[in-house]
Amino acid sequence: MIEPLNDDVSPRHDAAAAETGVPPAVGVPGPEASKDVARSLLSDAWYEMRRRPLFWISSLLIVVVLVMAAFPQLFTSQDPLYCQLILSRRPPSAEHLFGTDIQGCDVYARTIYGARASVLVGVITTLCVATIGVLIGVVSGYYGGWVDTLLSRAGEIFFAIPMLLGGIVILYSLPSPRDPNFDRTLLYFIVVGKVILALTLLGWPSLARIMRSSVLTVKPQEYVQAARALGASPARVITSHIIPNALAPVVVVATINLGQYIALEATLSFLGIGLQPPAISWGIAISEASGLGYVISAPHMLLFPSLFLSLTVLAFIMLGEVVRDALDPKLR
Amino acid sequence: MGTYIVRRLLQMIPVVIGATFLIFFLVYAVPGEPWEGRCGERECSDAYIAKFKQDYHLDEPLLVQYGLYLARLVRGDLGVNFYGNAVSTELLTRYPTSIKLALIALTVTVVIGISAGVLAGVRKGSFLDSLVIVSTLVVISIPVFVIGSMAQFGVLKLNLNNVIPVTASEGTLQQLILPGFVLGSLSVAYAARLTRTNLVENLRADFVRTAKAKGLTPARVMGVHALRNSLIPVITFLGYDFGGLMGGAIVTERIFNINGVGGFIFRSINQLDGVSVVGAVSVLVLIYLVVNLVVDVMYGVLDPRISHD
Repeated sequence: MIEPLNDDVSPRHDAAAAETGVPPAVGVPGPEASKDVARSLLSDAWYEMRRRPLFWISSLLIVVVLVMAAFPQLFTSQDPLYCQLILSRRPPSAEHLFGTDIQGCDVYARTIYGARASVLVGVITTLCVATIGVLIGVVSGYYGGWVDTLLSRAGEIFFAIPMLLGGIVILYSLPSPRDPNFDRTLLYFIVVGKVILALTLLGWPSLARIMRSSVLTVKPQEYVQAARALGASPARVITSHIIPNALAPVVVVATINLGQYIALEATLSFLGIGLQPPAISWGIAISEASGLGYVISAPHMLLFPSLFLSLTVLAFIMLGEVVRDALDPKLR
Repeated sequence: MGTYIVRRLLQMIPVVIGATFLIFFLVYAVPGEPWEGRCGERECSDAYIAKFKQDYHLDEPLLVQYGLYLARLVRGDLGVNFYGNAVSTELLTRYPTSIKLALIALTVTVVIGISAGVLAGVRKGSFLDSLVIVSTLVVISIPVFVIGSMAQFGVLKLNLNNVIPVTASEGTLQQLILPGFVLGSLSVAYAARLTRTNLVENLRADFVRTAKAKGLTPARVMGVHALRNSLIPVITFLGYDFGGLMGGAIVTERIFNINGVGGFIFRSINQLDGVSVVGAVSVLVLIYLVVNLVVDVMYGVLDPRISHD
C-alpha cells in the first residue's frame, strides 16, 4: 500500500470509523459482504490476517499447545510421574529427548504435561476477565451517570494494585489444604481456581476501561440513534448494535493479556505460591531448575520448559498484534 | 496547576482507602482463620491465636477493625512475625538495596530503551526498526525469571563470573549490575516500543510539518519539536514502571539471592511467614500508589494541556 502523505485520511472504505476514531467495528456483515469491493470489517480483517505469515505461525503454535494441554498422551507415552533417582540430571539422549530432572523424571514428558496448568489458567482467566470487563464496560459506558462513576471508581481501586503483588496477597490469604493425604487432583484444581480468581479480580478493570471508552464512541453513532428512535429496547440496542461494534479493542487486548496471564501463573508457581511440586507446571519446573548449580550442570532442565513457556506467551502476544493490525486500518 | 494537583490528591483518597481496605479484607476477613499460615510449618498454638485475636481486634466489627488496621499502617506498624522481629525494621534494613537495584534498572531502561526507540522511530520501516520491533516482542514474551536464569547461564559459560557476579548477596554496585539489567529488560522493551510509536506519530503531525516548512534544521525539528513531545508519555511510563519494578524485584532478587525487600518477601512466602508477606506487600502497594500520584502530577507539569481542562 502506498502511504498517503496525510495518514489521517484512511484509504479504506470505513473512513467514517477512522474519522471519529472509532475502533474498527466487528461483526454485522452487511448484505454486500460477499462482494469483493465492500467487505464487512470482519471479513476484511480476516482477509488482512490470512496474508500474514505471523498469523499462521502463532495460530499453529497455539493449536499445538491447546492439543498438548488437552491430550498430553498424544505427544508422549512416558509417565511424567515415573522417576528414577539413579537417572538424576541426565543430559538429553535417545531415550529421554530433553534429558531428566533432579528426581530423574523425563523432562520431555513433564514439559508436555506442564502445558495444562498454563493453558487452563490463561484461557479461563481470559474468559472470566473478558465477560466481567465487557459487562461492566457496557453498563458504565451506555448508562453513564452515577452507575458509571461508581463502577469506574471501583475499577480504579483494583487497577491500583499491581497484579503480581495482589496475586501474592490473594493466594496467601486463601490457604490451600495442607493435609498431605488430600486428594491431589482436587488440590490441583483448587490452586488453579485460586490463581484464576486472583488474576480475574485484579484483571477486569483494564478491559472494562477499554470497553467503556469503546462503547462511548459507538453510542452516538447514527445507527444506534436510529435503533433507539425505532423503539428498540436498551437490551436490544446493547446486544445487537453496541456490543458487536465496540468489541474489537477488547478482543485484541484480551488476546495479548492471555499470554501475560500464562506468564503470571508461571511466575506465581516459580515463587512457590501457585502450584506446588507434586503438580506439574512450567513454572515449577523452571523454579526447580534455576538453582545456580543446576544452571551449569544441567541446563537442559531449564531450557526446555522455558522455551515452551516463552513460545506460548509469544504466540498469544503475536496473535493479538496481528489481529490488532488487521482490525485497525489506521495503524497500517 | 494548583487546582489540578488538589483535584488529583482528592481523587487519590478513595483509591488509597479502597486498595488498603481490599488488602485488609483479603487478609483478615475472608472465610478461614487469618492466623493460618503465620506460624511456619506447624499449627498455631492456642496462646498465639488468643494473642493474635487480641492484637488485631478480631472481635470488633469489620469497619472498626479496618480503622485500627489503617491506624497501625499509618504509624508504620506492620506487625511482628513469628521470629519476634518487627516487619517494619526488617524492611527498613533492606530498602536501600532494593532501591539501588530499581535505580540501576531504571537507568538501563532510559539509556537503552529510549535510544532504541528513537533509532527505530526515526527510520520507520528500516531494518533497524524491524529489529527493534522483533527483539522487543521476544523480550516481552520471555518471563523475567527465565531471562534471569539464562543470563546467569550465559555469564557462567563465558567464565565472566569475576567481572559480572551472578549472585548479589552483599548488594554492592558491581553485583547488582546483572540483576539490574534483568529487572529492567521488560521495561526496556516497553519503553523502546512506546518511544517509537510516539515518535512515528509526532513526526507526521502538523506542527512538525510547520517546523520543517519554516526552514528549521532537521536536528532542531527532531530534537525540540518531535522528540520532546514524544517523550512525555515515556516519562510517565517510567514513573509507573518504577512502582512496578518494586514488584518485579521479588523474582529478580530470588534468582540472584539479593537481600532486599523482594528477597525478603520470597523467603517469607516459603517460610509461611504471613505477617511478613502481607506487611511487606502492603507497603509495596502503597509505594506504587504514591509513585503513581507523583507521576500524574508531573504529567500536568510536563504537558500543560492536561491541567487546563
